Amino acid sequence: MEDIKVGMADLAATIAPQNLVTIGLGSCVGICLYDKATKVGGLAHIMLPDSTQGRTMQNKAKYADTAIEVLLEEMTKLGAQKRRITAKIAGGAQMFNFSGNNNSMKIGERNVIAVKEELKRQGISLLAEDTGENFGRTIKFDTSDGSLGIKTGNRGEKTI
Amino acid sequence: MNFENINDLHKDVLREIGNIGAGNAATSLSAILNKKVNMDVPEISVLPFNKVVDIMGGADNYVAGCFLEISGEAPMSLLFVIPKESINLFITVLLGLPPMEDNQELDEMSISALKEITNILAGSYLTALNGFTQIVFDTSVPAFAYDMAGAILGNALYLLGNVSDSALVIKSLFKEEDKEVDSHLFLLPEPGTLEAIFEKLGVSV
Repeated sequence: MEDIKVGMADLAATIAPQNLVTIGLGSCVGICLYDKATKVGGLAHIMLPDSTQGRTMQNKAKYADTAIEVLLEEMTKLGAQKRRITAKIAGGAQMFNFSGNNNSMKIGERNVIAVKEELKRQGISLLAEDTGENFGRTIKFDTSDGSLGIKTGNRGEKTI
Repeated sequence: MNFENINDLHKDVLREIGNIGAGNAATSLSAILNKKVNMDVPEISVLPFNKVVDIMGGADNYVAGCFLEISGEAPMSLLFVIPKESINLFITVLLGLPPMEDNQELDEMSISALKEITNILAGSYLTALNGFTQIVFDTSVPAFAYDMAGAILGNALYLLGNVSDSALVIKSLFKEEDKEVDSHLFLLPEPGTLEAIFEKLGVSV
């Protein structure tokens, strides 16, 4: 079965054996939610930490806080139960290294913090993460067992 | 103003500014590199974020990206991108430097050359824009990354992400004699910036 590709500021939920992929996470964060019992998985590719800072709210998948909420709804529709859902996250890198201390460029770090806060608020436990640093990541979320494969350009591959 | 509301007149104005900017850039590059460099008439388009990455060859395509922020009355950011296939052509033909081996990291010399080119491009466009509008622009030092297009773009788009789901793209093509080097210049205006520019030009928004 073909993988679902989740683009930037997008999200999708599905059920095994279909897997979820997102390509080229930089400062964006890939949030992978999983219900082991029903093998329902969800992936959100968020760009920004906080929807209340935004002036466009049409796309809820863009922000850490709103994306998790929508993703939980989508997964529930497929039979997942919130109390069983766990999370793994990847991304949140700082791609550009400015010589000055440019706070606005630390968006990756801010994204990761916002995702963790929202997961905590929703009572979802974070099982594993591969975040930060300064390189891009492509991730594949395997809905058969909830494992998350991470590929990079020249920083190797891993599964969390 | 939303980029979705940009009409043909606005595009003509941006293209004309782009033309003069590209002309300035080609002149500066020719002088610095001591060879004849031409640039095509830029293409102006407004694209949703997901489509922007497609014209860079897809989210997993490796690209060299230089990013700088422009502050002042009309804040925006600028991203100059060269797809992997064109990097060697760019380095060897335009800069006269040795080619990058496959998958190797770019060396310091090429990186600082690319940053300098980005400075020149930014300067050329902003000089053109200043000539039309008298708006003064302050630019940051460019930052460099060589990685997946999606990763680079996601980072560069975050300011715009809060206010828009699409970006204004000025696509530029360098030419040296018969060799074409594909590159993309993204001007990413912040909210209010286009209004400020069009207002100075007497173009209604």
